[in-house]
Amino acid sequence: MSTEHLADSNPEAPADAIPAVDPRLLVREEGFSGYLQEFLRKMKAGDLGSLPVVIGLVIICSIFQGLNSNFLSAENLNNIAVTMVATGMMAVGIIFVLLLGEIDLSVGSVSGVSGAIVAVLSVTHGMNEWLAVLIAIASGAAIGAIHGFFFARIGAPAFAVTLSGLLFWSGFMLQILGDQGTINIDSDGLVGKLTTYYFSDVAAAYGLAAVAVGAYFVGSFFDSRRRQAAGVPSRPIVEVALRTGVLAVFAFGAAAIFNQYKGLPLAVLLFLVALVGTDFLLRRTGFGRKVFALGGSVEASRRAGISVTGIRITVFAIAGTFAAIGGLFWASKIAAANQSAGAGDLLMNVIAAAVIGGTSLFGGRGRTWNALLGVMVITSIQYGLALEGIATPIQYMITGAVLLATVVIDSVTRKTQKTAGRA
Amino acid sequence: MTAAPVLALRGVSKRFGAVQALTDVELEIHAGEVVALVGDNGAGKSTLVKTIAGVHPIDDGVIEWEGAPVSITKPHDAQNLGIATVYQDLALCDNIDVVGNLFLGRELRRRGVLDEVEMERRARELLTTLSIRIPSVRIPIASLSGGQRQTVAIARSMLGEPQLVILDEPTAALGVEQTAQVLDLVERLRERGHAVILISHNMADVKAVADRVAVLRLGRNNGVFKVAETSQEEIISAITGATDNAVTRRAARTGEARK
Repeated sequence: MSTEHLADSNPEAPADAIPAVDPRLLVREEGFSGYLQEFLRKMKAGDLGSLPVVIGLVIICSIFQGLNSNFLSAENLNNIAVTMVATGMMAVGIIFVLLLGEIDLSVGSVSGVSGAIVAVLSVTHGMNEWLAVLIAIASGAAIGAIHGFFFARIGAPAFAVTLSGLLFWSGFMLQILGDQGTINIDSDGLVGKLTTYYFSDVAAAYGLAAVAVGAYFVGSFFDSRRRQAAGVPSRPIVEVALRTGVLAVFAFGAAAIFNQYKGLPLAVLLFLVALVGTDFLLRRTGFGRKVFALGGSVEASRRAGISVTGIRITVFAIAGTFAAIGGLFWASKIAAANQSAGAGDLLMNVIAAAVIGGTSLFGGRGRTWNALLGVMVITSIQYGLALEGIATPIQYMITGAVLLATVVIDSVTRKTQKTAGRA
Repeated sequence: MTAAPVLALRGVSKRFGAVQALTDVELEIHAGEVVALVGDNGAGKSTLVKTIAGVHPIDDGVIEWEGAPVSITKPHDAQNLGIATVYQDLALCDNIDVVGNLFLGRELRRRGVLDEVEMERRARELLTTLSIRIPSVRIPIASLSGGQRQTVAIARSMLGEPQLVILDEPTAALGVEQTAQVLDLVERLRERGHAVILISHNMADVKAVADRVAVLRLGRNNGVFKVAETSQEEIISAITGATDNAVTRRAARTGEARK
């Protein structure tokens, strides 16, 4: 059976080497029509990418703008941008857990603990605020590591471990807040400034946009050059320029909106730093590759010599860390640590933001940038409904429905992707 | 075959509780040789492979590597010696692309950061030398056919330049054309001087690529045959135990006497 195949597998002549691009592979043609074809093909294969979110965001914005012309005002957009950072930071953390195909239900409670720790240490005990913040973030990491230990080492389901954590840590928060219930935070302090400080100089926002666009272009350009030098397929320079152009439109657009109000918010800057940092960690380092591998196949990862337990514990510690950071922004926003912090719909919003952004609940698929898009959707809905004076019960129901819709899209695209061989 | 065998098993035994899975098994394999390991279900093929791969340490006997006794007690020992095992369930990550899978667990780094360009270049080079044809090295494993996945899994085992490659039922789940691809690859491994242990149920595959066939029956050697000089019927009767006769006994003994 294999004899006729031997003829063309002569070892002396591996000359019929793989051409740079296999002829059977559907390659994108040059030019705009090529882009369009590739785009349609990806849609059919269920590779929706960020498209549903972007469309959703446009729809949401136009509906709310139609209902209330203040929705797209610079001030409102600014408030949305600053408010979304708390939820967004937590979503960044939970995306790590979702990439493993697991869930962390405790992020809301952990964020409450973090706010309470800072308030108690710095206000009640008069500790240096920087130190208090460090302790709060470290506590978040430790709490996450504890969850990770019970999940990875003991083998308890992450769902059950973090559900216990949800109750335990909200009890812990109430305990350390004590009888007072609410501790006000100095809004001129470190935590207070997190959401109230603006770089009022116009140059700050534009400068950041310019740096981001420039760094992206230089990075892509040299990557492309290096790929060419190594003889592997590379992005044509036209595409690099096009992508940079699109990024520039969004970056400078956002900067213009910020500058119309008070300037670049510190919170947004920190959020962007977190996004860039975690994206780098996930896509460019060995650690990130291991996280994706675990999300794809635990057995394959184990055989490849990856320390499954270590990665899992680290990932939960990262989720706890970002939950704590989110809690600081939350405390900053309401200028207090109170008993309702981390409760209500916060956890749902965090998960919804991650999933709406395009992170799969099934593991192995997603990017931390998903948190940005997802949290924009969630926060826009909240602000829009609040502008209309729609009460909390309805808000909850709408957020719940949006989350369900997203999960449905995730499940359906996963099926389509399986049949199209892309999952 | 004058040089010492790459791997030799001398009187290897393995027990699981009350079950004697392997009894005094002898096996020799030389560089540039494909040895097929055949036997009925439960004959001990998988157990034997796992003892070599370090999953199950042996209870009795000696494992010799290039003539010197070695102890293989964990998978890492086997890997360090230069033994690569491709299991039946390929252990690839569906969501990661071909390059990522090839280098999983041994990523190349440049200044602490994954060196995607170099990994992609080497992946192409490796696939080219093995004449493996896949559409692109940057598509997720999920998009590949069963045969392509198998070839990727085998290619991955070649990255560490192992001297011995163990393939556990590499063609079991494949169609005709895909099986042919994998068998081609096995021959290429032999041509490159690797020793290959091939576990298979398919006599046609065994006849096509193997140099020798080692038959296991109920955890014992039941003959080692030169493929070129043996008919399929003889091998099958050794597998089923229909001929436990002098010829097979002698063949087994001469194999033993050579050591």
